[in-house]
This record gives sequence, structure tokens and C-alpha cells, in this order.
Amino acid sequence: MATGVFSSGRAKIKERTLRTDRWWLQPAFTVFVLLSFIVYATIRAFENAHYFAAPLISPFYSPCLTPNCVAGSSLLGQPIGVVHLFGIMVSPSLFILIFPLGFRLTCYYYRKAYYRSFWMSPPACAVAEPHSKYTGETRAPLIMQNAHRWFFYAGLVFNVILTIDAILAFRNADNKWGHMSVGTLVLLANATFLWLYSASCHTCRHTIGGRLRNFSKHPVRYKLWTYVSILNHKHQNFAWVSLFGVALADLYVRQVSSGSITNFYFF
Amino acid sequence: MARTIKLRIWRGNAKDGGLQDVTVDANEGEVVLDVIHRVQATQMNDLAVRWNCKAGKCGSCSMEINGKPRLACMTQMANFEEDETITITPLRAFPVIKDLVTDVSFNYKKAMEIPAFEPPADLKPGEPRMEQIDVERSQEFRKCIECFLCQDTCHVIRDHEENKKSFAGPRFFIRIAELDMHPLDMLRNRKQKAQEEHGLGMCNITKCCTEVCPEHIRITDNAIIPMKERVVDVKYDPARWLGSKIRKRDGIL
Repeated sequence: MATGVFSSGRAKIKERTLRTDRWWLQPAFTVFVLLSFIVYATIRAFENAHYFAAPLISPFYSPCLTPNCVAGSSLLGQPIGVVHLFGIMVSPSLFILIFPLGFRLTCYYYRKAYYRSFWMSPPACAVAEPHSKYTGETRAPLIMQNAHRWFFYAGLVFNVILTIDAILAFRNADNKWGHMSVGTLVLLANATFLWLYSASCHTCRHTIGGRLRNFSKHPVRYKLWTYVSILNHKHQNFAWVSLFGVALADLYVRQVSSGSITNFYFF
Repeated sequence: MARTIKLRIWRGNAKDGGLQDVTVDANEGEVVLDVIHRVQATQMNDLAVRWNCKAGKCGSCSMEINGKPRLACMTQMANFEEDETITITPLRAFPVIKDLVTDVSFNYKKAMEIPAFEPPADLKPGEPRMEQIDVERSQEFRKCIECFLCQDTCHVIRDHEENKKSFAGPRFFIRIAELDMHPLDMLRNRKQKAQEEHGLGMCNITKCCTEVCPEHIRITDNAIIPMKERVVDVKYDPARWLGSKIRKRDGIL
């Protein structure tokens, strides 16, 4: 039976959309970029090498929590034992990446991006989607999107850790303080982008003050809410910049660690 | 200076219809509605089109122009290329009545399902006093002109007729948000109703409603997502639920 724009009673038009612009460009670009990141991140997460070059550590492996971590890379100790799956040692990256991954997967901006581009629900505004049924986020597994705030809280912990990593990068390879390299700037930029991404998050906006009804009774929270709201306008930009930031920071550390490039020290 | 433009206008009714080609002059500074009126005056005298203010404030002339939900009175002809054929159809989410006029009564039914503002029982007329910062969030939502372009573009009902029973749509989510954020609204279960009766959970926040809003209301960021977070507070966040029990608060701060 015909449904959607082809339902009985609606204007009889055979095209799924009459849009004349290149509406497919944005979802296609999103698929390309996100798939590229997923492929790169998967390779790096399973590589289990070239993630530490004192004092730099890749954001994909920080904190490194297992005994098989490279010496000097475990900021918070090694509380997790060595785990093998199907006879293969599990990369330390896999124990931590679930949290930032969950944060981005349940992020309100990324939801829009992948619902449109991967699931085509809808591929673009006023372009009919290909699915015959739709229940949205009312049942499993998509009802789990409501767990976004827990991943947000976990993301904050990771932001603190990655900020400490950036501060520790003000040392040289012999762990002497008072030095600064290109790697320091890379890790600082990465941490900054991640903080901006978290601070502009819709859940952050809600937690800071959005849930209030009477702003006048909570002037400090109201003021903070206005600041977060300004950042929230740019959440999409911060989502992309921080995604590129974390990948580029990892790539830089990898290249330094593998000896492909030398970490240049300013002083 | 006038130029000649090519239009394809959908004509018909609920049973049948199709796109008809027409050529018409357009003068400098005109909008699509002006051109439709010229077609009506000179070539298609019985062309049905709903309009009123011609100023983007009544929300009557909603239609789809080159496949995009828009107000005809706010779409300038200068936006189109000289040789472009402009396709004009009625809203495709609602039943068509005739030509460019659709039956939008679905929206009025949904409006009646939203529980009204419930002030404190002991509050007398003239007594309410509120500070600007307490009402300015809701004021954004009061800009809505009820053109129903957001409803038209929302794929939840546009692409799934069967969802109309259980989904109120973005226009009414901003109404619910407006009331839930109102400091004097006493209805305690508005969030639960939003999720369970008005279909808030069906929205997958793809932001098409925001993209088409002629009043530039940030429907998704300022109404739907805040409401989704408020629903999480009362339905999906055990820590918040426990906190509200211990502190004997019901989420209204």
C-alpha cells in the first residue's frame, strides 16, 4: 500500500522529491568523512604500537591501563590485566575508546549526521526516505540514545586526562620540565577542541541550567547557561574540529613514535 | 525590468492531478506569490491558492517550491536562475483539497491534544509577575506563525502516514516546551505526556524543521532537544529520579 508522500489523498506526484539542488552532496560527504575516520581509528586501535613517544601519548591510548602498555605511558597505572580474545591480546585502546565513541555516537549532532547520511532517515529535508516503517528513538536499540549524559560525564573524565597529557608534554624526552615542542601544541589543541566539543554539548547546556524553570532564582547558573548556549550554536563545528583534532593528534604521535618524523622542540 | 519565466504548477484534487507548464512575466522585486497571482489573473482563473498577508506573518501561503517547503510570499524570484523552471506544488505531507491548497486540519487536532497552561490555583488575574529572563526562552517559540512548514518537512509524518496518530510534530513540541519552561505552569506530567502521548521519542533530531522555519525558530536546539533532556530527567536517569525522591522535588526548579 502506498504510504508517505504517495499516500492516498495527497497530491499525486510520482517523484520522491522535486528538489533541484544537490541535496545528496552533504550526506555523501558525511559518509566519506565518517567512514574515513572509522577506518583509521579501527586500524590504530588494533595496531597496538607507535602510540607513545615520551612525553607524547596518543589520545587513542590514553590512559593506557594494561600491563602490556609501553613503559612510561600509563598515567593512571595498569589496573586492567592482559586480556586475550580468540588467542589475540586485546589492544589497550579498546578498553577506553568505548567511552568517547559512545559520547559521539549518542551526540545530538552526530545523530543528525548519521541518521541522514547512513540510515537515510531522511537523506535530506523533503526527500522521501526509503524505509517503510519508522519508530524513531522509542524502542531498542535507539532508545539507548537517552544514555547520552552518562557518556558526556565519562567524556569529561577523558578530557581531564588528555589535558594532563598536554601539560605533561611541556617536558622533553628525558621528562625534564620547561620544554615545548610541536607535539605539545598538537596535544594542547586536541584537548582544547575536546573541551569545546563537550562544553557546547546539548546535555551540558541542559545540566548547567537548561533544566531550570526559574532562571531568576539561579543567576549564576543562568549566566553559565547563556555562555554554554553561545557555544552550543557552534556544536556542529566543534564536533567536526574535535574529530579531526583527535585523529591528527594520534597521527602526529604515531609518526614521531615510529621515527618517521622528529618532534621539533621550540625550547 | 520584466522577464519571462517558466513554471510548473501542480493542479488537481485528492483523486488526481499533475504538473502543468505555464509561462509568465515576473517583474523585478517580485516574490513567487506575485507570480502565482499573475498566472491566476491571466491564465488559470480557477487556480486555488491560500494566501493572506503577503508579509510572512500569517503562514497561509505555505507550499513547496522546487521541492522545498517555503512561504510563497517570502521566496524572491531573484533567487532563481533566468532559464530555470520553477516547480510549485502543494504541501506533500497533508491531503490536497485543490491545486495548491491542502487540508491542514491534522495540526488543529494535535493542538487540541496539548494540555493547556495550568497556572497556580490561587493566582488571581493581574497578580503574575515574572522577570524577563524567565520568559525569554518561551518568547522565541511565540514567534511561530503556524505555517506548518515544519510539520510538512518532518519525515516522521511526511514519509509515514501511519505515524500521524501518535506524533504531534515539531510545531507542537515547541508549544509543549514553551509550557514546560514556563515558571508558572503547574502541570507536573508534561514531560511524560510529551514522550508517551505526543511522540517526542519518534523525533530523530534531523533538524529539517529548523531548516525550513521562516521565523528562524531554533526548534530542534531550543525546544526538542531540551525536552528530550527533560524527559531523560524523569524517565531514563535513575540518579535524577533518586535525587528527586530524596529531595522531594519533582523536577520543577
